[in-house]
Amino acid sequence: MEALWTEAEETPAGTEADAPHVQRLMQHVVEIVSDSGEGAQTAGQMFGTLSAKMGNGVWTVEIIPAEIEPPARSRAGASGIRIRLGHGDVSNAGDTADVVVGFNEQVLYSRIDQGAFRPGTLIFLDNKWASDPQAEIQEAYATALADFRQRGYVVREIPIDAECLKHVSDARKGKNMWVVGFLCALYSRDLELPKKEIARRFGKKGAKIVESNYRLLESGFGWAQTNLDYHFDVPPQPETHEKVVMNGNQAIAMGCMAAGMEVCAMYPITPATSASHFLAGTMQEIGGFLHQAEDEIAAIGFAIGASYAGKTAVTITSGPGFALKTEFLGLAVMAEIPLVVVVVQRGGPSTGLPTKVEQGDLLASMFASPGDAPKIILAPATIEECFHFMVTARKLAETFRGPVIVLSDANLATGVQPFPKPEVTESWMAPPIDQSPWDTTTKPYDWDPQTGLSARPIPGQRGGNYVLTGLAHDEDSKVAYESATNQRTMAARSRKLAALQRTLKPARVVGDPEGDLLAVTWGSTLGAIDEAVMRLRREGEKVSYVHLRFLSPLEPGLKEIFQRFRKVMTVEINYGDDPQDPTLRCDAPRFAQLAWMLRAQTLCDLTSWSRVPGGPLQPGQIEEALRQQLTALKG
Amino acid sequence: MFGLKDDWAEEERPRHFFLEDYEGAIARWCPGCGDHAVLSAVQRLCRDEQLPPEKTVVVSGIGCSSRFPHYMKTYGFHGLHGRALPVACGIRSRRPDVHMFVATGDGDNCSIGTAHWVHAVRYNMRMVVMLFDNNIYGLTKNQTSPTTHRGFNSMTHPHGAWLSPLNPLSVTLGITNASFVAQTVDWNPIHLYATIREGFHHPGLAFIRILQRCPHFTASVFEPIQRDPSLVLLLEHGDGIPANDTVRRIYKNRQEHDPSDRNSAQAIADRGDCFPIGLLYRNRNAERYDEISARGLGMTGAQKVAAVNRMLDRFLV
Repeated sequence: MEALWTEAEETPAGTEADAPHVQRLMQHVVEIVSDSGEGAQTAGQMFGTLSAKMGNGVWTVEIIPAEIEPPARSRAGASGIRIRLGHGDVSNAGDTADVVVGFNEQVLYSRIDQGAFRPGTLIFLDNKWASDPQAEIQEAYATALADFRQRGYVVREIPIDAECLKHVSDARKGKNMWVVGFLCALYSRDLELPKKEIARRFGKKGAKIVESNYRLLESGFGWAQTNLDYHFDVPPQPETHEKVVMNGNQAIAMGCMAAGMEVCAMYPITPATSASHFLAGTMQEIGGFLHQAEDEIAAIGFAIGASYAGKTAVTITSGPGFALKTEFLGLAVMAEIPLVVVVVQRGGPSTGLPTKVEQGDLLASMFASPGDAPKIILAPATIEECFHFMVTARKLAETFRGPVIVLSDANLATGVQPFPKPEVTESWMAPPIDQSPWDTTTKPYDWDPQTGLSARPIPGQRGGNYVLTGLAHDEDSKVAYESATNQRTMAARSRKLAALQRTLKPARVVGDPEGDLLAVTWGSTLGAIDEAVMRLRREGEKVSYVHLRFLSPLEPGLKEIFQRFRKVMTVEINYGDDPQDPTLRCDAPRFAQLAWMLRAQTLCDLTSWSRVPGGPLQPGQIEEALRQQLTALKG
Repeated sequence: MFGLKDDWAEEERPRHFFLEDYEGAIARWCPGCGDHAVLSAVQRLCRDEQLPPEKTVVVSGIGCSSRFPHYMKTYGFHGLHGRALPVACGIRSRRPDVHMFVATGDGDNCSIGTAHWVHAVRYNMRMVVMLFDNNIYGLTKNQTSPTTHRGFNSMTHPHGAWLSPLNPLSVTLGITNASFVAQTVDWNPIHLYATIREGFHHPGLAFIRILQRCPHFTASVFEPIQRDPSLVLLLEHGDGIPANDTVRRIYKNRQEHDPSDRNSAQAIADRGDCFPIGLLYRNRNAERYDEISARGLGMTGAQKVAAVNRMLDRFLV
């Protein structure tokens, strides 16, 4: 396993005999799991931020219950956070947890269902339930404890509640800070940075609150120092250049503003809303405006109106909302209105798994709207790309005069990762609304025969007056029902994607350019696929991967790449039939979505390995799937 | 010299607009369709107000009346069925400088686009919304609309519409923050023009329901009103829609109505025995969402870069 420290000696020589044993590690996965409302996420975010500040690679991902206030101590109610710390950069949330802090034993079962733990996972569990006044709770606790040990977890009971009660009257409001202190001690850190962070976060609430949090922090720290005979250390590498740390939705929101988009129209939908929340609080700083529309349809209509009148606007949504927007999306294609649509994918179909990860909207994006509606689709793979792709999307929308869909997902939305602070320049910003006179010899749809591109007049431009319409229309935007015109104008709109593809860099193979197995992926699975492929390559396996950022048009050169591998397989978080399933008995299995597209576009017989776990794919799961393919290839 | 300015040749001649500057494609509505009259009224208003065509935007949905933008020579947006208002609000949100007219029908506005009607009225962004109410779906050929009268035979209700019609006036008057509600008829060009003109000068969303003849499908509904002006109730007030003697000569059935009185406006809207025309309600001081949405316009690129950088600094590790 990689979990061990590989570069230097384990424990520095000359440590005192009674000092606790320190295990140095390349990376570690920590989870804090509680009932909803106990602050596990705050604790985890704080611990993650502290780690990033010290120079650790960090990836955090929230564990969100499906309900607002699930009952206490319920298996479905797990609320919490996973933090993966690394000596170097961390690109994904990792496999199973190494360390878990549980506020009660029941919530841990939902994590067990998710496959989050393994034999050997170290669980620190609040022992207050052992002496609960209710006999059935005592019993449930004892049963679970025995079960956990049976499963091979290493359970250590700790008095979180009892220790907190020494400092606050309501332990529910103090446990999270106590745990931060506890984790600081467990990971061999001092309290200087956490105290600064507390002062920063709670300073506004007054000295009393800050003091109380200090006491809890010190209590957790002190208890761990006194009672644990081992510590971990994931040594940080101090940063040489400035980094920012945020989640994917914040990065998308920041990217919108860095792209100079001044209008965001949205309707609340999980898990996209937090991006809009952020914009709601900040848009006025760039002179922009967030509109909460009466529904998803009105949101995209408003954005289209704002785009038509001048500057490309953005609408942010998730699957069900996206479904409602498709008619307007078709109008944006037909009438060539620049628009950025962010889809933060969640589990579908229908209401599906609102808070969970899925990459299920690729084909919906591709084919959204009746008729042929060619549009650009991008998928960021990292938090950093969530930021930069918004700038790209806005530019593409304007240059190619149509909608650009940015497919993020719940994994990126809540994943937190540090990345270099972007150097924002004015050239990223949308230019001021053009009000210069329009050259009246230029038609409103003056399609370039090679590229399908045309410039658009904006209301206020003298001489540019035209009537935009969703009806079939000619270069003058006049309604046109003639067959030849329809053929020609459909081609002009489609040609834009071909023109864009000609400008794209060829798809990049990571690993050798030829070999036994090629995995093809997109979106938030990048970190996990990279880790899985690299593990196998270290074992000598001839496996590589291609991770696609452009899905429409596709990055060039894929067919040639695929032909250099014995087997090509997409790895995706969406549903596809398992072709090996003996009960399927069908000669047309339904492939995972990217596989479906790639098969059609390359005529290569590639297959897919896809799962819908309602969570990110773990590198270990992917590694296992790839290994099976490799074994099969070796026959 | 000779009283001429030295740079006389460079001085741009002040522009003057004629009717033809607002005349787009030849209107393809049926002969006798009330839409023609509304088109003429709007074109005349644009000319009389000397609105630069490039600064004028006409937005519509889908339906017979939504072809309206094609027949204007301004900027136009002929969008989706029921969705004229979200687009119009989006345009208005960052463009306080353009003049806006919205053309929508009883199917477009009162059926498929109902949600947007309610909310756009509440947003009260400055624009003239003309509801072309012919009581029928015309473009799709004779289906019952929400304003079709009970008993009317259509393709979807061949044995007669089952329900009483929705009243667009009383609905609009019931919407929080409604600021201008008027009704007029397409066949009285003077009152029609005066009503649209009043709406144009209203600082907010002016909702005008136009009783509009469809000679093809609902002639039986509108002919009696046209033939018997006593079925029309002319609303008069110093602060209402000005009615000249010609109008007053036709409509002898008149009532003094103070448009600031919302309760009596509702009572008039609810009257089943006549068709009120004139201004039912006006509040020039209602909240305006477009004043909020346009805040921050004109910030320079450099200022924005600085603002984004300040925000990014909050995320520094």
